[in-house]
Amino acid sequence: MKSKGKSYYLIPYYLWIALFVIAPVLLVVYYSLFDLDGKLTLDNYVNFFTPVYMRMMLNSFWYAFLITLFSLLVAYPAAYLLTRTKHKQLWLLLIILPTWINLLLKTYAFIGIFGTFGPVNNFFDLVGLGEQQILFTGFSFVFVSVYIFIPFMILPIFSALDEMNLSLVDAARDLGASGWTTFRRVVFPLTISGVRSGCMAVFIPALSLFMITRLIAGNRVITLGTAIEQHFLVTQDWGMGSTVAVFLIAIMALFMILTGSSRKGGRA
Amino acid sequence: MKQLVNTFLAILIVAFGLMFLASRLNSAEGYSGGNTLTIYNWGDYIDPELLEQFQEETGITVIYQTFDSNEAMLTKVEQGGTVFDVVVPSDYAIAKMREEKLLLPLDHSKLPNLANIGSKFMDLSFDPGNLYSVPYFWGTVGIIYNPEMTEGIDFSSWDSLWDKRLDNNIFLVDGAREVMGMALNSLHYSVNDRNEEHLQEALTKLNRLSPNVKAIVGDEIKMLLANEEAAVGIVWSGDASEIMDENDKLDYVVPEEGSNIWFDNMVIPRGAANIEGAHKFINFMLRPDVAAQNTEYVGYSTPNVPALELLPEDISGDERFYPPAEITDRLEVYDNLGKRMLAHYNELFLKFKMNKK
Repeated sequence: MKSKGKSYYLIPYYLWIALFVIAPVLLVVYYSLFDLDGKLTLDNYVNFFTPVYMRMMLNSFWYAFLITLFSLLVAYPAAYLLTRTKHKQLWLLLIILPTWINLLLKTYAFIGIFGTFGPVNNFFDLVGLGEQQILFTGFSFVFVSVYIFIPFMILPIFSALDEMNLSLVDAARDLGASGWTTFRRVVFPLTISGVRSGCMAVFIPALSLFMITRLIAGNRVITLGTAIEQHFLVTQDWGMGSTVAVFLIAIMALFMILTGSSRKGGRA
Repeated sequence: MKQLVNTFLAILIVAFGLMFLASRLNSAEGYSGGNTLTIYNWGDYIDPELLEQFQEETGITVIYQTFDSNEAMLTKVEQGGTVFDVVVPSDYAIAKMREEKLLLPLDHSKLPNLANIGSKFMDLSFDPGNLYSVPYFWGTVGIIYNPEMTEGIDFSSWDSLWDKRLDNNIFLVDGAREVMGMALNSLHYSVNDRNEEHLQEALTKLNRLSPNVKAIVGDEIKMLLANEEAAVGIVWSGDASEIMDENDKLDYVVPEEGSNIWFDNMVIPRGAANIEGAHKFINFMLRPDVAAQNTEYVGYSTPNVPALELLPEDISGDERFYPPAEITDRLEVYDNLGKRMLAHYNELFLKFKMNKK
């Protein structure tokens, strides 16, 4: 009886899902079926399979992959060290702190830092490397994106590591496993769920990044997000913009099915 | 549960309190009618002394609000939450507002000073017969460059941008019309060209520009150029004057093949409360002494002929902002190309962007 009463509490949640998750996706699919003149057509989908959009998709994938990879490489050791520190909560707060600052502000700051006359180039000059172009390169794009996404990678990994029973590590070492084997066979498999949700929290938004592509990469990196922004704001070709969005949604869904366990639904 | 209800109640009380406060503030600022005039203009785009002068002369209280992009302005006017009496949109925004019936027709009999506007600034494609709009300022699209960094390259032609010495040294503004228009101009075609062959030719030519392009950016272009991140930029003359205010090493030129000419214009939006006052204000701004003073303050190019004569020679004689007739004759307004053609321009621009590495 008790459990039945509780199901009423789910109504707001279902309403929310229907109104703000399912309805928008359906609307996007609906809009993708119309061309500029409001005619019902599949042209947008045909258009998507032209080299321009295919290359854009590969680009988006490649950069989202790099961003996720580097975030993971930095975040995992960081999260590991965090669980070993004395004032865990303080350190965690310090990592979350940058997310309180508006994304655009952080991005703008990097224009100054990476600029021709910025501190990084000053340093390069000092050590005799000479002036390098850092801003408006693929490198700066990945760097800034990783910087922005890292807290979202650290948090789930941190909680997974924190929940892990440390005596398991001792047991593994007792039984003669080397440090690396312990990590590979015990620690990593036990925290894979954290890694998975971290990757999801980074990879999916990274696929559709758009502001940073202009501000930091100077439109040298064009992702599907850029295309959507252009189609909606400039061209007002909502059909094509929606089509790109449909493919993004499909890719994301596919990614979630491939990586996700049914237990963790992700954050859509 | 009780705690939840209490929290909700607290939020509701605070919200209503704020609403009440806001309405009080609004009425204190004179939003609630009376003899007021609400003007909606770009930021820092009028000499504030003129607003005071207008208030003294007419007794109308001016409420002045600002926006920073045509899109932001359009959204606010479309929503209709606030009543505006005079708005200053750019040319393409006017074409759009006209289509969406967001404008009220002007009564030319109440605007005798309209005669001060130069004939070449009247009756343009975005508003034939000036039924809805009066030009406020105008400008061009051109090349801003840093002579110290460009080894004496002569920028009087668009073709100079393709110079090998400018490797990785040009900023383009992130606009399909501007960049495609520049390429079309360099081939001696119109910025409104619809011929597919010409457009493809322009794209091929743009792709050859790729090695010289450092980045395609938005509003940051002003900051980046003033900081000398690159030697050359394609910008609007308004931005150019702002950049040159910050870094006087830079210089601006409108290439001789022709370019775009743009206008910011005064209009009366639908729903205006003080139409009489709006006409008075527009007529006031068209007065030569007022327009001259405003031009000196803002630093953009004025379409007001007698006002230009009142201005000192170093402003009115500045060929960067008042180019000679042989160049102005080749300047074109961006016509409304229609959705389909505009989409095509954007697609070509996207191809160009994809092509660069």
